[in-house]
Amino acid sequence: MSIPQIARKEALFTSGHRACHGCGIALAVRHILKATGKNVIVVTPTGCLETFSSPYGYSPWGVPWIHHLFENGPSVASGVAAALKAQKQDSIRVLVIAGDGSTFDIGFGAISGMLERGDDVLYICTDNGAYMNTGGQRSGASPTYSSTTTDPAGKESLGKTQMMKNLPAIVAAHGAPYVATASVAFLKDLQKKVKKAMKSRGPHYLQIDTPCPSGWGFPPERTLEIGRIGIDCGLVPIFEMENGKITSARKIKKQIPVTDYLKAQTRFKHLFSADRGVDQLAELQLIADENIEKYELMS
Amino acid sequence: MNHIKVVEGSEAVALAVKACRPQVISAYPISPQTHIVEWLAKMIADGELETEYVRVESEFSAASVISGASATASRSYTASSSQGLLLMTEVLYASAGLRLPFVITGVNRALSAPISIQVDHQDTISLRDSGVIQFYVESSQEVYDTHIAAFKVAEDQGILLPVMVCMDGWILTHSYERVSFMEQEEVDSFLPPFQPVNFLDVNDPKTWGSYAEDDVLMEFKYAIHEAMQYAKGRIKEIFSELAMVTGRDHGGLIEAYRTEGAEVILMAMGSMVGTVKDAVDEIRSEGKKVGLVKIRCYRPFPFEDIWNAIRGAKVVGVMEANFSMGSEGAVGMDLKAKLCGRPDAPLVLDFITGLGGREVNKKTVGQIVQKAEEVLNSGLPLPESHWVDLNPAILQ
Amino acid sequence: MSITLGAVVKGGTSLDYKTGSWRDQRPVIHEDLCKACGQCEMVCPDSAVYVVDEVYVIDYDYCKGCGLCAYECPTEAIEMVPEEK
Repeated sequence: MSIPQIARKEALFTSGHRACHGCGIALAVRHILKATGKNVIVVTPTGCLETFSSPYGYSPWGVPWIHHLFENGPSVASGVAAALKAQKQDSIRVLVIAGDGSTFDIGFGAISGMLERGDDVLYICTDNGAYMNTGGQRSGASPTYSSTTTDPAGKESLGKTQMMKNLPAIVAAHGAPYVATASVAFLKDLQKKVKKAMKSRGPHYLQIDTPCPSGWGFPPERTLEIGRIGIDCGLVPIFEMENGKITSARKIKKQIPVTDYLKAQTRFKHLFSADRGVDQLAELQLIADENIEKYELMS
Repeated sequence: MNHIKVVEGSEAVALAVKACRPQVISAYPISPQTHIVEWLAKMIADGELETEYVRVESEFSAASVISGASATASRSYTASSSQGLLLMTEVLYASAGLRLPFVITGVNRALSAPISIQVDHQDTISLRDSGVIQFYVESSQEVYDTHIAAFKVAEDQGILLPVMVCMDGWILTHSYERVSFMEQEEVDSFLPPFQPVNFLDVNDPKTWGSYAEDDVLMEFKYAIHEAMQYAKGRIKEIFSELAMVTGRDHGGLIEAYRTEGAEVILMAMGSMVGTVKDAVDEIRSEGKKVGLVKIRCYRPFPFEDIWNAIRGAKVVGVMEANFSMGSEGAVGMDLKAKLCGRPDAPLVLDFITGLGGREVNKKTVGQIVQKAEEVLNSGLPLPESHWVDLNPAILQ
Repeated sequence: MSITLGAVVKGGTSLDYKTGSWRDQRPVIHEDLCKACGQCEMVCPDSAVYVVDEVYVIDYDYCKGCGLCAYECPTEAIEMVPEEK
């Protein structure tokens, strides 16, 4: 067997999956599993990752993996963790890798229960800001003023008016000892955070910004760049919280205006037609500025 | 050797579950199931039961936790009732499809709305399409024995489906009866540790929960149907095997009670069976030839065994505490579907009894037998489902 | 293929589906410009870049032609060229 062939077979998340060109989630999963190694059981609720990685007969997963339903990723994981505990299998760990639809919306109750019980699960949310698997419907994670198919921009609308649910804060409020955000723009940092979360037992949460070429409307080769711009404008803060306090944040060397980020994606293009979106752009800039202050993002 | 104690029905369930050594139990309260999970919690708190007890935030999670545990090769258990069972419906269908075995106690209680905590079978009957095997029990003794058998049925490598033991809320869960308990060694010998065919194994990574296109989905569903057909024979074997150990034989998929030569045969399940048996004895003593088929296993539907018991009768009066809105009672429909086209089939009359805890007593049974005879003598057409003891005066 | 119990499938079977057929452009690595930094291998969502003795190789069986490797290469050693059918 050639080296590529060996490597393919040994990869914990191998080739042949059906993710879109340039998919942020697929990239994130590769690096999550590089960081965890093979002694993990992964639970994934319904979503992009589940669909592109499990057409019957074609699985890229080199670790045991279970998709059950859409809203029970955390509780299935709690069950797996309980079984491993009962069997005294200390070296095997449990991960949930879930999208934002499941995490922020339909599985919200289940994640709350998992956190409150303190179950030994590393919960990773790959956030592409909508129900992308089914064409891009709005979720609690959709950014303010993004256009989604169930909250589209139109003659009488500029897209979603609500704020993004602040899942990291909600998770931290449950007492989860380690909560962090990461991005596929910084893969080594992503791996580091996964490893750090694995160092201790109990419920941990990692939310990864996974830009979506198909859903956000940008060319697939720019996935990491869009991630970088989101971070550098302040709309996508990258930080760690330990025991409820912010302990680290990725510094921005030079703040760039939010319009650089928004202009690069068709899901925000309605904000730039004539003068329609002027106030909204100002609001989004304010959100970015507030993030920069709150998380101390300027170096 | 068995030892005997007077216990609350819920405690009998808890003791049966404890004896089966589950590794994971999930618990969420709902009347009238709650005592079961409370008994188990107390046993754990007192160091009498070693298990991982997960206090979930909803019944959806209760079923999900034990699904994850089962997939990780742990024997697991939960209990629920009524609204809780409906909330976990999605999980039960999915776990049946994934062939994940576990045991659930379905404590029967009416469904909202209006809200009621009284007993009827609407809740568990609503799950009859799911691929979950369903047993219905008459007494606390039967509930104890059936739970122990249930784990063996669920985990049988030719079955691998969730099993629900249905017991009437309050009537069985909260009443006290003499129950004879097995020794732990007897249970261990009857029920060895769980040996899954597949499990989430880091040394042999497999993928669960793929999506199936139209070229294979029907076959996956058919496989569940095949497993249920196979289960009919295997369940009987397992019940017999347990009966040999305990000396208590509750019957197979059904119990045919005084059906020999009966012209009118009633059909029932759950705790009302006790009442019906008493009524049958009385009516028989008056000279009428009546009998009862008690359904112990409702899914898979044991038609072959039912047929053997009813084939000589002129009319079967199905007594059921459920109703499929827009049609008729579920058990009646199941039976009629199987009898359709048989020239020698008895008439089937459907009696809706005991919804929302409306009392079913010997008088009720007498009325039903009388009605059955009336219809028999007056001939076709058959009436619609007859709602027994309905109070038309308060209808609008 | 016949069905399995509970639709459980062995891991790694996605390799039977060669996503290289999705391409309309392909990356070509110019070895003279390549500094073997490993960025391309890092950023490929499809694990379609391999290193063999410090020489970086594209796995054309699975490469979907997304262009991330070319875009992220710090020395512009990867060129996207139209896929020839």
